[in-house]
Amino acid sequence: MNAPVNPPKLHDCRDAFASTLEQLAAENEMIVAVCNDSVGSSKLGGFKAKFGERLVNVGIAEQNMVGVGAGLANGGRLPFVCGAAPFLTGRSLEQIKADISYSNANVKLVGISSGMAYGELGPTHHSIEDFAWTRVLPNLPVIAPCDRIETAAAVAWAATYSGPCFLRLSRVGVPDLLPEGHRFELGKANLLRQGSDVTLIANGTLTHRIVKAAEILAERGIDARVLNLATVRPIDEEAIIAAARETGAIVTAEEHSIFGGLGSAVAEVVVDNAPVPMKRLGVPGVYAPTGSAEFLLDEYGMSPSAIADAAQALIKRK
Amino acid sequence: MDTTELERIARQIRLRDLQAVFEAGAGHIGGEMSVIDILTALYFRVLNVWPDQPKHPDRDRFVLSKGHTACALYVTLAKRGFIPEEEISTFLQPHSRLNGHPNCNKVPGVETNTGPLGHGLPVAVGMAKAAKLSGAGYHTYVVTGDGEMQEGSNWEAIMAAAQFKLDNLTLIIDHNRFQQGAALAETNDLAPLRPKLEAFGWEVTEIDGNNMGEIVPALERRGSGPHCIVAHTNKGHGISFMQDRVEWHHKVPSKEQYEIALAELSEAL
Repeated sequence: MNAPVNPPKLHDCRDAFASTLEQLAAENEMIVAVCNDSVGSSKLGGFKAKFGERLVNVGIAEQNMVGVGAGLANGGRLPFVCGAAPFLTGRSLEQIKADISYSNANVKLVGISSGMAYGELGPTHHSIEDFAWTRVLPNLPVIAPCDRIETAAAVAWAATYSGPCFLRLSRVGVPDLLPEGHRFELGKANLLRQGSDVTLIANGTLTHRIVKAAEILAERGIDARVLNLATVRPIDEEAIIAAARETGAIVTAEEHSIFGGLGSAVAEVVVDNAPVPMKRLGVPGVYAPTGSAEFLLDEYGMSPSAIADAAQALIKRK
Repeated sequence: MDTTELERIARQIRLRDLQAVFEAGAGHIGGEMSVIDILTALYFRVLNVWPDQPKHPDRDRFVLSKGHTACALYVTLAKRGFIPEEEISTFLQPHSRLNGHPNCNKVPGVETNTGPLGHGLPVAVGMAKAAKLSGAGYHTYVVTGDGEMQEGSNWEAIMAAAQFKLDNLTLIIDHNRFQQGAALAETNDLAPLRPKLEAFGWEVTEIDGNNMGEIVPALERRGSGPHCIVAHTNKGHGISFMQDRVEWHHKVPSKEQYEIALAELSEAL
């Protein structure tokens, strides 16, 4: 009889975002939260209770929300502009470009429920284009933390960083992965597992899946390196080039379209510096059917075993 | 500064703007001529600004949302001492900081980048809200074009400004009745603007936006909520053959036309 296995505790990264923001706001009165009728979904209820004056709710008006964020920064505030990722990015993309990125406004954009988090709500609510839309914009770091610890660290970092950024958060519970006390460093990958046969790269919720895929590969005698690459822009070229040269094959997995996202960003570095076989896993340029995030990620070849299979097949092309 | 002096400065700015557009071979001269009186009143009478300290925290904020009329702003900023007057001759030249649309990271006195329409008012709402949060005394002014008011983002901002009770915000709509390709009346006619703004909870003043005697008191008016000035202006104001002609949105005068315009504006000096 097998020993009982306690499933790991899952954490909603929004809670880490909200509690960190509240801690920071208690220390820094410049911090304001801006939202679009998303007090609940952005988990800003606690912030509202403690710092009611500093919660700016613009209603359902994302273009105005981003512009207001830029104006608040001009007036010396430190705004965290929160909204569902598909609407925050897509609906106000030109405001993000002109008012935030081009103006270099000190605004922290926080995209909630990114990727397939709203899986059942359909493609209008899937945010699988946001890496592509944001990572082409100068001055705008694009960051997708993988767990509550990295989320808290990234939020704390954002509050001290002088300039805009885009934080991409899920609402799907994930277990802890990084050690307590982890400090976020912009543009630096975390080496989660050393390996020499192939490198698996992901961020956000997919990091958990590539860690499991590496365990499956180990059982098959394949030594996979695992990189958590929270920062899509600026990207850790050094870690990617080393991975290409030292392992000879790279698999990326992301809760995003395979066009223009993490895999594309990694491929750009690889093709320019150290071309090796690559496989980009993600949503293959389609509108997904209805289903939970977990279901859809499995559906598009990103179960841990499918990622392991993809890596094993890729190694044959080395 | 009194009205007569302001009128004189506005004419000088018009003249320099005309020269700059002619020499650069590009610009948006019609909308520049319509807005110059308002810019002059702001920078030479109304705004608390310190050209030697362009980021002074207590400065009044001004946003030119109709960013395509950047040249008029540059000439005004130069005349007010934010940038060297001789730099106007670099307008649109390679690597000049005087882009076709204003850039806040390059040009002192510019508060936020504009160009795409419907951006300035939301940012101005944020500026005014920031002052409310900190109890700062600065006032925020934003100028939009009337055609620009067709952008939905402006109406999002109009709702927010009323909801936030921003009595420290003044929107000036440069109502010259023409947009790039046609008269407003022929595209998406927003007129009359006043009842629409009032319905959204704004206080509204209607003025002749090319009459300094009406512009200054309207800009200095303070009320209990956000204030909109519907400034009735003439596209191409001050140059006889441009006035109220849609083609002068971004047309450049020929040599002959330039000489005529130069003479008309110089005569007015």
